Amino acid sequence: MNQQGTNRVKRGMAEMQKGGVIMDVVNAEQARIAEAAGATAVMALERVPSDIRRDGGVARMADPRITEEVMKAVSIPVMAKARIGHIVEARVLEAMGVDYIDESEVLTPADEEFHLLKERYTVPFVCGCRNLGEAARRIGEGASMLRTKGEPGTGNIVEAVRHLRQVNSEVLKVVHMSEDELMTEARNLGASYEFLREVKSLGRLPVVNFAAGGVATPADAALMMELGADGVFVGSGIFKSESPEKFARAIVEATTHYQDYQLIAELSKNLGIAMQGIEISTIAAGERMQERGW
Amino acid sequence: MKRIGVLALQGAVREHLQTIEACGAKAVPVKKPAELLDLDALVLPGGESTTMRRLIDRYRFMDPLRDFAETGKPMFGTCAGLILLAGEVAGYEEPHLGVMDVKVERNSFGRQIDSFEADLEIKGLDAPFNAVFIRAPHIISAGPDTEVLCEYDGKIVMARNAQFLGCSFHPELTLDHRITDYFINMISVEHQSITI
Repeated sequence: MNQQGTNRVKRGMAEMQKGGVIMDVVNAEQARIAEAAGATAVMALERVPSDIRRDGGVARMADPRITEEVMKAVSIPVMAKARIGHIVEARVLEAMGVDYIDESEVLTPADEEFHLLKERYTVPFVCGCRNLGEAARRIGEGASMLRTKGEPGTGNIVEAVRHLRQVNSEVLKVVHMSEDELMTEARNLGASYEFLREVKSLGRLPVVNFAAGGVATPADAALMMELGADGVFVGSGIFKSESPEKFARAIVEATTHYQDYQLIAELSKNLGIAMQGIEISTIAAGERMQERGW
Repeated sequence: MKRIGVLALQGAVREHLQTIEACGAKAVPVKKPAELLDLDALVLPGGESTTMRRLIDRYRFMDPLRDFAETGKPMFGTCAGLILLAGEVAGYEEPHLGVMDVKVERNSFGRQIDSFEADLEIKGLDAPFNAVFIRAPHIISAGPDTEVLCEYDGKIVMARNAQFLGCSFHPELTLDHRITDYFINMISVEHQSITI
């Protein structure tokens, strides 16, 4: 008997992405550049996060024509974003055959109370998280992969570092906690008791966790790997830089060889100008994407 | 103790390392060509074959990997790893390593929503093996000296050609270690490095 959409199949796909870089692209040409540079997957969208931030207004699922164009252009997996809680956008992307859906805070949420019940879908989902409680709730709903949120479209790594450190320190705390303390921790985190038991017995999260939201240079990508990410998402960092091909290749290599500092020095030479960054404190609280989702 | 390397450029490296250790051998992640030197066998893991190929070229792994194949030491490719080993890849002019006498097709079971798990009857194993297929390739045709070890749905999904073992699926994602055991047993006495 052939079984599709099982946890093992959905989570397994993310396992194959480990050590890799997933790049945001807005058309077939960018997708080909990303694939040639060694991206393990591309995220098809209409605007990269920094443009969404600049333009304002409501950000929605991309025009299916863009997603299809990207799917035709490359042989690596294609991911696409649906709004938080938008059942129909997610079903449309699944019907189109995208390989992974990102229920993403980069888009304007469609539901401020409920996330998608992702276990009901055959297609796997990746979701953002800032701490172990958010990670637990997304996995509970059926997410097969996580990414720490960071602050998308800023080119500023500080929030990505904060969130990855937070998740990993909470995982470590649970792993070293006495069994009889887990129920109280579950209540405090808003996580299920069974989930914390699983984390404790595995010694890590039960799904792959990438870093996202602020990676702009090869050193940024290597930093996230150093802090324990399984891989990185790069949104605006590549195609908003002066030379996307060079940045894409250098970020892929720095992710693989994240502890080879001489190599990272070489990779970082003559890349041209990185994307323009934004200092987080200059962003109004209501415009911070990381606050979306719960 | 047998020392088995896992090409650690990208993909399901951790799972292969754990499986090898669970089978009682020493698992060694390989990020640089020099690390191939004192191994008894090598695993090419699942992941994205295009990404691995770019990193193989960038870090001049291609000749050292072909030299490794020349020594006659066993090599095992799972999913993307099978694509790297294959002598021919459908739709591409050049193979990657091109050392195993099979022709493969990429993504031949469809996209991720078509990915699946199934119980397989594999030659040499006493009971079915639960196998996970993820955007999996399959072997379109196999040379005369290639032994087909498993077919699923009319497609060859596991085969052995001399010291090369390849499969479309991911034995490293399950806790059933029989296939890795089979691979470790392919290491012949003459090739085993002498360690005390």
